Amino acid sequence: MTEAFKPVDEPGLVDCVREALAAETPLEVVGQGSKRAMGRPSQAGQLLDLSACSGIVAYEPEELVLTARAGTPVADIEALLAENGQELVFEPIDYSTLLGGDPGSGTLGGVLAANLSGPRRIRAGAARDSVLGISGVTGRGEAFKSGGRVVKNVTGYDLSRGLAGSWGTLAVLSELTFKVLPAARAVETLVFAGLDDARATALLSKAMGSTADVSGAAHLPAAASGGLKIDGIDGAATLIRLEGIAVSVAARSAHLADLLSEFGAPKKFDDAASRALWRAVRDCRPFAQGDPRVVWRLSVAPTTGPAVASALAGLPGAGHYFDWAGGLIWFAVEAGEDAHAETIRAAVAKAGGGHATLVRAAPSIRARVPVFEPQAPALAALSNRLKENFDPRGILNPGRMVAGV
Amino acid sequence: MSGLKMPAPKSEILAARDEIVAALRAIVPGEGVISDEIEMRPYESDGLTAYRQMPFVVVLPETVDQVSRVLKYCNDNEIRVVPRGAGTSLSGGALPLADGVLMSMMKFNRVLDIDFDNRSATVQPGVTNLGITRAVEHAGFYYAPDPSSQIACSIGGNIAENSGGVHCLKYGLTTNNVLGLEIVLITGEVIRLGGKHLDAEGYDFLGLLTGSEGLLGVVTEVTVRLLRAPEVVSAMLIGFPSSEDAGQCVADVIAAGIIPAGMEMMDNPAINAAEDFVHAGYPRDAEALLIVELDGPQAEVDELLGEVKALAGKNKATTIRVSSSEAERQSFWAGRKAAFPAVGRISPDYYCMDGTIPRKTLPRVLARMRELSDQYGLRVANVFHAGDGNLHPLILYDANRPGELDKAEAFGADILKLCVEVGGVLTGEHGVGVEKRDLMGEMFSEDDLKQQLRVKCAFDPNQLLNPGKVFPTLHRCAELGRMHVHKGKLPFADIPRF
Repeated sequence: MTEAFKPVDEPGLVDCVREALAAETPLEVVGQGSKRAMGRPSQAGQLLDLSACSGIVAYEPEELVLTARAGTPVADIEALLAENGQELVFEPIDYSTLLGGDPGSGTLGGVLAANLSGPRRIRAGAARDSVLGISGVTGRGEAFKSGGRVVKNVTGYDLSRGLAGSWGTLAVLSELTFKVLPAARAVETLVFAGLDDARATALLSKAMGSTADVSGAAHLPAAASGGLKIDGIDGAATLIRLEGIAVSVAARSAHLADLLSEFGAPKKFDDAASRALWRAVRDCRPFAQGDPRVVWRLSVAPTTGPAVASALAGLPGAGHYFDWAGGLIWFAVEAGEDAHAETIRAAVAKAGGGHATLVRAAPSIRARVPVFEPQAPALAALSNRLKENFDPRGILNPGRMVAGV
Repeated sequence: MSGLKMPAPKSEILAARDEIVAALRAIVPGEGVISDEIEMRPYESDGLTAYRQMPFVVVLPETVDQVSRVLKYCNDNEIRVVPRGAGTSLSGGALPLADGVLMSMMKFNRVLDIDFDNRSATVQPGVTNLGITRAVEHAGFYYAPDPSSQIACSIGGNIAENSGGVHCLKYGLTTNNVLGLEIVLITGEVIRLGGKHLDAEGYDFLGLLTGSEGLLGVVTEVTVRLLRAPEVVSAMLIGFPSSEDAGQCVADVIAAGIIPAGMEMMDNPAINAAEDFVHAGYPRDAEALLIVELDGPQAEVDELLGEVKALAGKNKATTIRVSSSEAERQSFWAGRKAAFPAVGRISPDYYCMDGTIPRKTLPRVLARMRELSDQYGLRVANVFHAGDGNLHPLILYDANRPGELDKAEAFGADILKLCVEVGGVLTGEHGVGVEKRDLMGEMFSEDDLKQQLRVKCAFDPNQLLNPGKVFPTLHRCAELGRMHVHKGKLPFADIPRF
């Protein structure tokens, strides 16, 4: 690999893409490289490093909007928001716990390109739900913008959302605008002990269908809950998070304890303990780096979570826990030849559908196995046509999502 | 039609009408194909009634297979297709074409699956927005986006327009509440996206399709997220001596970390028109009126009502009323929700605009709008989704007075340009359609629009689905696809490399 392109602004970025086009050299697009170990291994010859395209362009707390360049560290943004009592409501996961690298690394561009989210996904959506506008450069070297700086906007196609989860394969982001929201004034977590998966998801479903406005709903079987070291809990733990103003949290907490009394009496954790707990759930602490197993992220209908987990329980070294009220399964398993991709995807399909993404595995496995859920032919063809329209020469992160695309 | 140019009808299509109608009848039997002029009349316009065009032929398919075969037939024969839901678009999104098959999806009217445990409902696209809530409210659930036309508008149309409503600051737009779609491409291929699980597998086509105004595919099934209805909902009516004070109050509420379920503003002409119409007890002398709605547990609503009251007082509020019953809350909203027809009573015609602006620019925008009002000699009343900056100026005119519609449209265009100038956008929730199509250049450069067209080219390279909407000019996809690269050269020697 030759020396990296490191543009400092959008015109510089355009030049880089155009030069790569002229030289027919595919680019690997990175911010701080925090997710380079995710997805299919890069097939690009040249690094395009966006970390110097950094800085907050505009932040207006009273307008609930923040614009920053793509290479701006998320940690900087979260710190600035916290100073103003605000936050990125979608609670982006910090992948360093799972993948290694510096804790808190990652850039705003990567947040959208990988469509990050966290436990609050069930209530407040993912990065794609908070993005308001973007600027970027296509694989044709054309600079463009989409969206704006206001929440309500239906002017033209929603390319900002269209680029969410595109892993830098359609365009290189240069600037992003996100909606930000006031951070909750109070947080409390209810922890129920000793439930099996089926009972736990029944509990979570009941809580989610209540008026308690739950903002986190996770279940950790005994093998996974040990990794969280929850004070006074020894064994399976079922977690419900409530956020808001103090009187509201207290009222909803009492309401839930009453509504869910058939599942036992919950232990209640206050602000500080709650925040640590949900960070661990968000970042997949139970399968943190050092654990030799591969890690999958499965998204399914919440009530089908236990069936999927139980179908996979016989795989070597299998371990799991649930977020999103049962709809997100973090699944660890011994690597084997192919990370058990076919078995896992068959279990998801059989339970009613969803998708499975291989998050952590050796590069050799990620090169061999479809890392993202394979698509039906018509949808795959449509995806390819979109890629061809934005990046006809295949110079942006080729093969990052799908082999040969 | 005032100066609106639509794609010229293709003479070979017009000439082959009998053959095309017969072919469509072979796919959709019985009364599913309408070719009689009198029966087609109801389809000649949508909610933007200033524009009318008789369709070429109307088809009302009942099955996904019929949709697929009709689209494939049209694609193979290069026949244009205009998809239509309930026809409530305010931007002409469902305006027919003289040589276009109008495909109404209103026979797709069944609720397919309600799953309270997974908090989702799967419905056909012709089900009305309110119909979803009606189907689930017995269990205490509802579907959050609530455009004012919710009693009539279809969920398929909501997907096409990414519809909003008064509660989207807290609960999001359509795009934030859709979990899955089944769509049919112009090729007849059927594609399923998402479902009861979260996030896309691959590119976010759910995001691209929502708000694509019927130019990318025809929706045949929709899965939406259901929410549990809050325990308590309470509304507050606050009158202010100036729009600046009302605007400051909105800013203070947000700065206090409060995200109300709804926060609506009306100006004095809108207040009086609404009060004349529904007698909601609005303060007629107020220059600006805020309706702030709070929901949640009783304890939360009580506390936040107190906080908002204090902020209103600080901003010189002249009237503060809190709803003491559900009936009173509904009456607070009755005036706001009837603002359009109320204005319709004081003027023979009105033209409803839909820009979004950064909240803080409201006083400046209202002041400039008053100047424009004087300049054009047309009155304007304003209703405003104050929480999210979405402004609906209603321009009052009389279509029977020669030239007045043109004047109203020019006034409207100036307002939208003003919205863009202050950092906002052309349309917050009504869509571009034909109405704002020619203003897209105010907001987007040629390169910006090219990228949007490339999405179109990935879906519909022959540009047969709803042409003439959204994009001011039609480029051939092949033309857009050309690339100009000088091979083997390194023309950018000064790129920083490290």
